[in-house]
Amino acid sequence: MKSLGSIRRDFAPWNDPNAKPYIQFENVTKRFGDFTAVNNLSLTIFEREFFALLGASGCGKSTLLRMLAGFEEPTAGRILLDGQDLRGIPPYRRPVNMMFQSYALFPHMTVENNIAFGLKQDGMAKPEIAARVGEMLKLVKLEQFAKRKPHQLSGGQRQRVALARSVAKRPKVLLLDEPLGALDKKLREETQFELMDLQQNLGLTFVVVTHDQEEAMTMADRIAIIDKGEVMQVATPAEVYEAPGSRFVAGFVGNVNMFEGKIARGEAGTASIDAGNGITIRTENAGDAAAGATVAFAIRPEKIKVSSTKPAGAVNAIEGEVYDIAYLGDMTVYHVRLDDGQVVRASTMNAARITEDPLTWNDRAWVSFRPDAGVVLTR
Amino acid sequence: MSNAAVTAATASRAIDADKSALARLGAAFVGRLVIIVPYVWLLFFFLIPFVIVFKISLSQTAIAIPPYTPVLDFSDGISGFFAQLKQLSIDNYLWLTQDALYFNAYVTSVIIAAISTVLTLLVGYPIAYGMARAPAAIRPTLLMLVILPFWTSFLIRVYAWIGILKPEGLLNQLLLATGIISQPLIILNTYTAIFIGIVYSYLPFMVLPLYSALEKMDHSLIEAAKDLGCPPTSAFWKITFPLSLPGVIAGCLLVFIPAVGEFVIPDLLGGSQTLMIGKTLWNEFFANRDWPVSSAVAVILLLLLIVPIMLFQRAQARAQEQDR
Repeated sequence: MKSLGSIRRDFAPWNDPNAKPYIQFENVTKRFGDFTAVNNLSLTIFEREFFALLGASGCGKSTLLRMLAGFEEPTAGRILLDGQDLRGIPPYRRPVNMMFQSYALFPHMTVENNIAFGLKQDGMAKPEIAARVGEMLKLVKLEQFAKRKPHQLSGGQRQRVALARSVAKRPKVLLLDEPLGALDKKLREETQFELMDLQQNLGLTFVVVTHDQEEAMTMADRIAIIDKGEVMQVATPAEVYEAPGSRFVAGFVGNVNMFEGKIARGEAGTASIDAGNGITIRTENAGDAAAGATVAFAIRPEKIKVSSTKPAGAVNAIEGEVYDIAYLGDMTVYHVRLDDGQVVRASTMNAARITEDPLTWNDRAWVSFRPDAGVVLTR
Repeated sequence: MSNAAVTAATASRAIDADKSALARLGAAFVGRLVIIVPYVWLLFFFLIPFVIVFKISLSQTAIAIPPYTPVLDFSDGISGFFAQLKQLSIDNYLWLTQDALYFNAYVTSVIIAAISTVLTLLVGYPIAYGMARAPAAIRPTLLMLVILPFWTSFLIRVYAWIGILKPEGLLNQLLLATGIISQPLIILNTYTAIFIGIVYSYLPFMVLPLYSALEKMDHSLIEAAKDLGCPPTSAFWKITFPLSLPGVIAGCLLVFIPAVGEFVIPDLLGGSQTLMIGKTLWNEFFANRDWPVSSAVAVILLLLLIVPIMLFQRAQARAQEQDR
């Protein structure tokens, strides 16, 4: 299998054994009473990285961010920033800034005073503050709103003010807690790209917390998938999607079809999986699965082809019946019910305006995929 | 569609329009009615009594029932009524300016009320802050505890302070027994006792608006301030306090306004020599039986308090606008 790298081709410090980690969580545990929010978690984030903490709500990702900001102290373990142990350093002395989910704009201050707040705390000279505030307003395109109060702004504008305020101090690390959660879909997509540009231009390290996998995939260099206070996988978006480390990750990120069964090893990474009911899947991505182990074969919907006849020469082809069709414009999603009752999801890009092989409900159909299309998951 | 059908449709649409216009009129009437009720209330229980008091303040004292002249009536017809009106004069107001007693009483009252208000704020703010930061589960209990004193008569509670503050009272006994003092403190019948009484009695009026202002404040604002490099004390003065200002203003006015005219507390705790306008008014009315002068005192007191009341209303209107 080819390696799945980062989006920025020349940026992959995590593959460089000599790269110095910038933020390190070392065996960090955080308990609130009986509840363990973060459980013996270790993570490494590199300088200038756009790092995403992805997980469902309540998985502990926000707690990680709050520990980095200094609002919570770890119960056990330590957090290092640029080699310095952060324990005992109050939030107002940490070289990190946070953009809050609620934006937390000061309602009694104008936009420019909100942005200037942190700079004034640092005792920066007045002309410098004015210059920096102007620069920030320009960066987020809010020059003409400088004298407005937060309640006179739209949601998107408030989000920009919050962003400008949090980057105004040029922090070593910018923490973003669900930065786009309150925006509508269109605006969110636009802002994702703006955030990426901003991070590139300022050369800052971004740590973003999100429950939106698309957002994480779009923006981040690497994603850590968190579940129940533990890291499930840390990898580039492409790796997370194409080579998930576990059934949980495969199911959490994107859509996936899974076949459970016993594996029989073949030559050099090939294997066949007996998924029951006469279904045998041949794959070239068996990884290190031991022969005879019960594994899951995971395959993404867009890698499955649906056809009315059995494709000639297909290695993997299973017969079933079209159960549901969803036309989404850019693609069509087929739900095919196999003869054993399992429903397989397959999506086809609508490259042409008119589909040449029109399948419809209750038609007999074949789902087929190449032997290198899926992955074998042992965990 | 035939012509007839078109006409019918138009007609039915016109009827619909009429109906909706009627409904709107009805709604407007109900809306008006809702506003009328408090206005009628204010008319009967504030404006008319005030006009009566104002009229008495323009009358002369007399040994009669009621103890002033003229008593306006129509027994001598319309012309008699106007003859009576002519007897009204502003002599009582002039009298208030001639005797320094009244001026001093007004000034003392305002000063005592102002000092008490500041003291109440100093005591009330930490209480309200603590309540707003307390776990949500125990906040209703704390709120209940603040309101609880109202369940006992105000008069009895002020009386109880005599028992605490008098030279052989509970406070002195405690301080003497613990050896903190060797001589009993003289607190009762001093201004200190008045301050204690006012702070104690009006504390809930300060705490409640402060609490409501502090409680609705988003805690992430404080976190944001800290995150931007602001130490906790500084964050309090830059974020918490400015945002609680509507509560501070409301609480101060709710204490200041009644404290200026306070009678019971200075009378019971302040002794005979304290000069407050509420006591002066009481003396004019009950001891001297001079209704016209006491009415004039009351009218001036009202004018004196209208300024802070209007400030209060403006602050409230602004706070409401900000909430929107």
